[in-house]
Amino acid sequence: METKNIAGNSVSFTEDGYMSDMNEWNEDIAKELAKEENIELGDLHWKLLNFLREKHAAGVSLTIRSVGKSSIVDIKGFYGLFPGGPLKLATKIAGLPKPASCV
Amino acid sequence: MKKIIILGAGTAGTIMLNKLRKALPRDEWDITIIDQHKTHYYQPGFLFIPFGIYNREDVIKAKADFFPSGVNVIFDETDRILPKENSILMQDGTVHKYDYLIIATGTQTRPEETPGLKDKLWYKEIFDFYTLEGALALQNFIKRWEGGHLVMNIAEVPYKCPVAPLEFVFLADDYFTKIGIRDKVKISYVTPMSGAFTKPRATKMLSGLLEEKNIEVIPDFYLEGVDNDKKVIRSYDGREIAFDLLTIVPVNMGSEIIERSGMGDDLFFVPTNKYTLRSEQHENVFVLGDAANIPTSKAGSVAHFAADILFENLMSVIDGREMHAKFDGHANCYIETGGGKGSLIDFNYETEPLSGTFPLPGIGPFGLLKNTRMNHYGKVMFRWIYWHILLKGKEMPIDPLMSMAGKCKNC
Ligand SMILES: Cc1cc2nc3c(=O)[nH]c(=O)nc-3n(C[C@H](O)[C@H](O)[C@H](O)COP(=O)(O)OP(=O)(O)OC[C@H]3O[C@@H](n4cnc5c(N)ncnc54)[C@H](O)[C@@H]3O)c2cc1C
Repeated sequence: METKNIAGNSVSFTEDGYMSDMNEWNEDIAKELAKEENIELGDLHWKLLNFLREKHAAGVSLTIRSVGKSSIVDIKGFYGLFPGGPLKLATKIAGLPKPASCV
Repeated sequence: MKKIIILGAGTAGTIMLNKLRKALPRDEWDITIIDQHKTHYYQPGFLFIPFGIYNREDVIKAKADFFPSGVNVIFDETDRILPKENSILMQDGTVHKYDYLIIATGTQTRPEETPGLKDKLWYKEIFDFYTLEGALALQNFIKRWEGGHLVMNIAEVPYKCPVAPLEFVFLADDYFTKIGIRDKVKISYVTPMSGAFTKPRATKMLSGLLEEKNIEVIPDFYLEGVDNDKKVIRSYDGREIAFDLLTIVPVNMGSEIIERSGMGDDLFFVPTNKYTLRSEQHENVFVLGDAANIPTSKAGSVAHFAADILFENLMSVIDGREMHAKFDGHANCYIETGGGKGSLIDFNYETEPLSGTFPLPGIGPFGLLKNTRMNHYGKVMFRWIYWHILLKGKEMPIDPLMSMAGKCKNC
């Protein structure tokens, strides 16, 4: 565990670089985290971040497929917004734990 | 008379049926098992079919051979679960009532979920080995194949038996070496995960083996579709991989009955409390095996361990007590690595696979995260244990909860 100062907030992170407490998150932090990944957040990004946070808070495990069914974007669109690893990047910026893809 | 229905007579349902019939008095409890098919498949055996090690007759038996006496057996098409009415509706309109329901409908492959997969190359140059038909068709193909690019791809997570596609490429390497054409075969392992396996220590061990065997790993590849004319698989981020032989784990989903009953998540797995194994929605419904959405491997060994916990909790609920047994996600998997060797991983929700030894009274110890001949025998023995001990719900010399005995944390 590591604590960093981001946009004037003290934020704690896990070993994998994900925030350890989703309640410490706010929009300024998200903007900074996105900048580190070279992403500028637009409307659709915000909709997705909020969608992921709501789903996670409801205890649903997050998958790329479920984002594709969210009616916000399709899977291709999701890749377009968060190039490379969309779910990994989006959960990171949304202040959520690293998605447990498979065991 | 009180009634229990078990829906699905695969690994999990059959184990539970045997346990319950033994424990509950026949004059008070009526137990019914429902399935649409009469044949029990030993699915772990499918892996060996493409290489001619096993054949059809090694992996099938009649389901009914494993049922105890004194239970009702229904083999017929099911329509849906009506949880508010505590009943199962059959396609012919018959209704079966229950006081308690155990869902054990497993997971099935859905190749039609991926555009271009079930198309003109299906079972010609594209195969799955998660079904008996697929494994047999692949055996036929491999017998005559002279080499080229073998691509092993996983379409979606989660999928049952997460180590099976790894074992497949290890066995393929071994097979093509033995018949003398390994230099004409390129093997690639293409996965949506960020490595060969998700748990870090197991990934490290397995990546080493893959490298040693000259098997290329292509991670973070999330399959969008298959182009049959160009013979390539394409990912959502636009990468293409050409294949001569594509072996695939298609999208795995829960049963259609879960979909029709509106009781599943996006992939039709049933939301289940990961400790108690009771449905999150219905107090008299429990879920065992691959049908549950709990975050552990979808494997026969898991269903076996979880069965002990579910049994305890169901007994508590029946007696009006608090549920006290807590499942820890215990999984124990032998990994066939080719050349007559194998590895073994043992883990749960909290503890990733560790190295050390796994003590098995009377037989072991087996080397954890090590590549040994003994572990291969473990896998071979598993088939006998499966038919004779596991399905019958008999005691095994392994504790349902994971034990730290023999494991070491810092080696
Ligand atoms: C290639 C391969 C290798 C594997 N290797 C291993 C291994 O080495 N070790 C290990 O532990 N596990 C292994 N597994 C996984 C293991 O086989 C499964 O995890 C296990 O069988 C799960 O049991 P289950 O009862 O949940 O599902 P299943 O055994 O699949 O049973 C589900 C049952 O439900 C029935 N059903 C489905 N829908 C309906 C419906 N609508 N109405 C009525 N009945 C229905 C089906 O007909 C079936 O009988 C392997 C699997 C595969 C495919």
